[in-house]
Amino acid sequence: MSRSPLTVLSALSAGLLLALSAPAWAQSHAGHSTMPTTTTTDAPPADDGSVDHSRMDHSTMDHGSTDHSQMDHSTMDHGSADHSQMDHSTMDHGSTDHSQMDHSTMGHSTMDHAAMGHTPPKPPAPIEPLEPIPAVTAADRLAAFPPIDHGAMEHAPEIHSLLLVNRLEHWDGQHGTGQAWEASGWVGGNIHRLWVRSEGERSDGRTGSADLEVMYGRSVSPWWDVLVGVKQDFRPADSRTWAAFGIQGLAPYKFETSATAYLGEGGQLAATVEVEYELLLTNRLILQPLLEATFSANDEPSYRNGAGLNKVEAGLRLRYEFSRRFAPYIGISHERLFGDTADYHEAAGERARDTRWVAGVRVWF
Amino acid sequence: MSFPKTPGTGTPPMPSRRLFVQGVAAGGVVAGLAATGLSPRAFAAAGPGLAGAPQVLSSHDVQLSIGESLANFTGRTRPAITVNGSLPAPILRWREGQTVNIRVANTLQGHPTSIHWHGLLLPANMDGVPGLSFNGIAPGEAYQYRFTLKQSGTYWYHSHSLFQEQAGLYGALIIDPLEPAPYHADREHVILLSDWTDLDPGALFRRMKKLAEHDNYYKRTLPDFLRDVRKDGWAAATADRGMWGRMRMTPTDISDINAHTYTYLLNGTAPAGNWTGLFRSGEKVLLRFVNGGSMTYFDVRIPGLKMTVVAADGQYIHPVSIDEFRIAPAETFDVIVEPSGQDAYTIFCQDMGRTGYAAGTLAVRHGLQAPIPARDPRPLLTMSDMGHDMGHATNGMAGHDMKGMEGGCGASMGHGAHGADPKAPRHPASEQGNPLVDMQSMATEPKLEDPGIGLRDNGRNVLTYGAMRSLFDDPDGRDPGREVELHLTGHMEKFSWSFDGIPFASAEPLRLNYGERMRIVLVNDTMMQHPIHLHGVWSDLENADGEFHLRKHTIDMPPGTRRTYRVRADALGRWAYHCHLLYHMEAGMMREVRIEE
Repeated sequence: MSRSPLTVLSALSAGLLLALSAPAWAQSHAGHSTMPTTTTTDAPPADDGSVDHSRMDHSTMDHGSTDHSQMDHSTMDHGSADHSQMDHSTMDHGSTDHSQMDHSTMGHSTMDHAAMGHTPPKPPAPIEPLEPIPAVTAADRLAAFPPIDHGAMEHAPEIHSLLLVNRLEHWDGQHGTGQAWEASGWVGGNIHRLWVRSEGERSDGRTGSADLEVMYGRSVSPWWDVLVGVKQDFRPADSRTWAAFGIQGLAPYKFETSATAYLGEGGQLAATVEVEYELLLTNRLILQPLLEATFSANDEPSYRNGAGLNKVEAGLRLRYEFSRRFAPYIGISHERLFGDTADYHEAAGERARDTRWVAGVRVWF
Repeated sequence: MSFPKTPGTGTPPMPSRRLFVQGVAAGGVVAGLAATGLSPRAFAAAGPGLAGAPQVLSSHDVQLSIGESLANFTGRTRPAITVNGSLPAPILRWREGQTVNIRVANTLQGHPTSIHWHGLLLPANMDGVPGLSFNGIAPGEAYQYRFTLKQSGTYWYHSHSLFQEQAGLYGALIIDPLEPAPYHADREHVILLSDWTDLDPGALFRRMKKLAEHDNYYKRTLPDFLRDVRKDGWAAATADRGMWGRMRMTPTDISDINAHTYTYLLNGTAPAGNWTGLFRSGEKVLLRFVNGGSMTYFDVRIPGLKMTVVAADGQYIHPVSIDEFRIAPAETFDVIVEPSGQDAYTIFCQDMGRTGYAAGTLAVRHGLQAPIPARDPRPLLTMSDMGHDMGHATNGMAGHDMKGMEGGCGASMGHGAHGADPKAPRHPASEQGNPLVDMQSMATEPKLEDPGIGLRDNGRNVLTYGAMRSLFDDPDGRDPGREVELHLTGHMEKFSWSFDGIPFASAEPLRLNYGERMRIVLVNDTMMQHPIHLHGVWSDLENADGEFHLRKHTIDMPPGTRRTYRVRADALGRWAYHCHLLYHMEAGMMREVRIEE
């Protein structure tokens, strides 16, 4: 507590004055549980019956580090004290030692507490309830705690699920046409969930890439889940299994974000980062920018993957939510391969860049 | 739902329910209920329904049968859960001091049920909460409720089993006082507000868990941003968007479920059904408002009429004259109006998010209707609303020092730096690093004089908690012997709700000692508003000075508030303590309060 010693001292002496000048019966000591009572019992009774301190709250006073053993109040004159601005709300008298105080010569006879703002005066709260508490009978006890079957209370289900098909689309690129999808879903409670994610595309009638991830996710903060699980790549010739570790959630400014690292059976390391945003043109017409990047730590010519940044995909989709569950969209998507990855694909007769028009539907269940 | 104060003077039976609720056993069809104007659905109405007098059961010996019926509020016939074939359930009318016997039979197929008497002081085994007070009522079985009425006023009753309240199981409960009321009324009407969905409520809950923002079609758009840039300048507009963006929240989240899902009902009647309550010019008319909505706050006014509020949650208050009030789910307000000079007045009850409304008419005869006012502009939450102004907000949040907000308002934020602010709440350790706590307030106040979000400076005199004061002194009188602080917490996107970040399923009971007077301190750490209801005992709201102020059974907690109330633990047993937004309760914002010797 960073209060100056001077403030502490003046607040303290003011507090003591209050304690001394009021009749003991009018004081509420409810919040003074550890305060020694010697101060009031040693003091001569003050003639100030009109003051009522019963509503004073000293509950948080802190006098802990004060030592009053050497105080001499014999020459104090409090006759003109004005206490109307006193605030005792943060004082703590917990460990004050008043045992050596001598108040015998203090003169409080002319103190005026009228302006202390304790009006209207009220009698002290009764110790016993005005309306007596009824005595408990055996019948009352029986009625109060009847035998209850376990499971008598029905609870709303704690396990829920969601399947969001974020993109299910036909695309028309510079170098062909095809279909693509991206979906994610979960089943579970508020904290623990089983996640399923899948992404893939077909071009000219055959599946170019497809994957399925099954992961355990746990909320670690209000906005972030940590995921661990497996990813299965399905490709025409070479399917691979990866261990997957990721986070996903809602970044500040409401960016839907996921980042996942993949560890292959042969020690390969790869990663994917995806960020999505929803820009409301109206509450039903929504523009969804999307950015996805994949990385690899290994050079794998047979998979046409180079080391480093492999691929960036940037999309812009405009959907209309006829209902929350059903929203068709149109959009444009640009895909670019980088580095050795681009070279490997070009060597195989594919292009390193493509811009596609897309049309599809976003649905959830 | 009108009944004369003096038997025999006879208001005629009226078409109180434009909806058509039909027992399946009757074999009737609801064909012919042509839907009108289904867009937006909030205004949809069933066509001409059956005229029928409201069912008022006033015997101290009552038989209630809970079953499934077909209801049509929107042009589509859907299953509803009804009491004696009625939605809302029959009005129960008793007298203080009576001992009542209510036999509740469950005729539902395969589902247990229950009835909780909201706000009534009774033995724990009569409170109707399955798992705490009793085992519930199994299909084909009945439960005999029996208790003595220790109070008077306007209350209500509803199911406490899963989502049955949403499906229609709610009704008004009135207890006439032994002593004459401190006001005079020539006539009275019950005005029971509620929300109806054609969806299966369980499916709606699952939808909330998948996409909680489903109904928020009011998010700020790019054109809104450009407009704000023109109006407030680039720096202010981007600072504002940045603030909300870092929190990953949206200031248009006023209510989780709104008129995109709900049709709002007044006495079981959609607006087009024009429920009508009669009056004679110059009469004093007592309106007993009950909010039986599962998830809806209503802002109620009667254009052309001043309202004098004389009771809150069944308990008399010093009369307060107002133009409008906000009623939280489970609250009741008794209001006196003196209509004269007009033949018809609209009782207009818009939802807090301004997406729809319930409405009815006070008229000198049937068939009249007054203009229905336009809904107010939709409010936007401000950082100050959410307890984030940290004491230096002046005009919204533009130009704030955002350093404290770095990383959003998540539980991971170090709020220790704000410790010097006396308004800064001390958050429980269970909130720290808790994935289910997406926000914490930094500066909270009781806000008892605040009309609330969307009601400030609207040119009308709006009821506040501060303006309501119990007509009686603290009946207990003691100062609280101890204090328990609980924080209302949640995660909007996960649709997870809790006290102190701990959902009901994993929470320990809150234990009170029989006979003690204690204080509950609530701090709202969410951006939503929560009506908190403690069963079995009163919640005696304190004013800003910590004094007894207003006796209630349901304490409304707007975002950014810290409110305190006294509890006299004079009812032994296990009691439910929860948010009365039904889906928040089911999502975990509930505790058991155990009062033991």
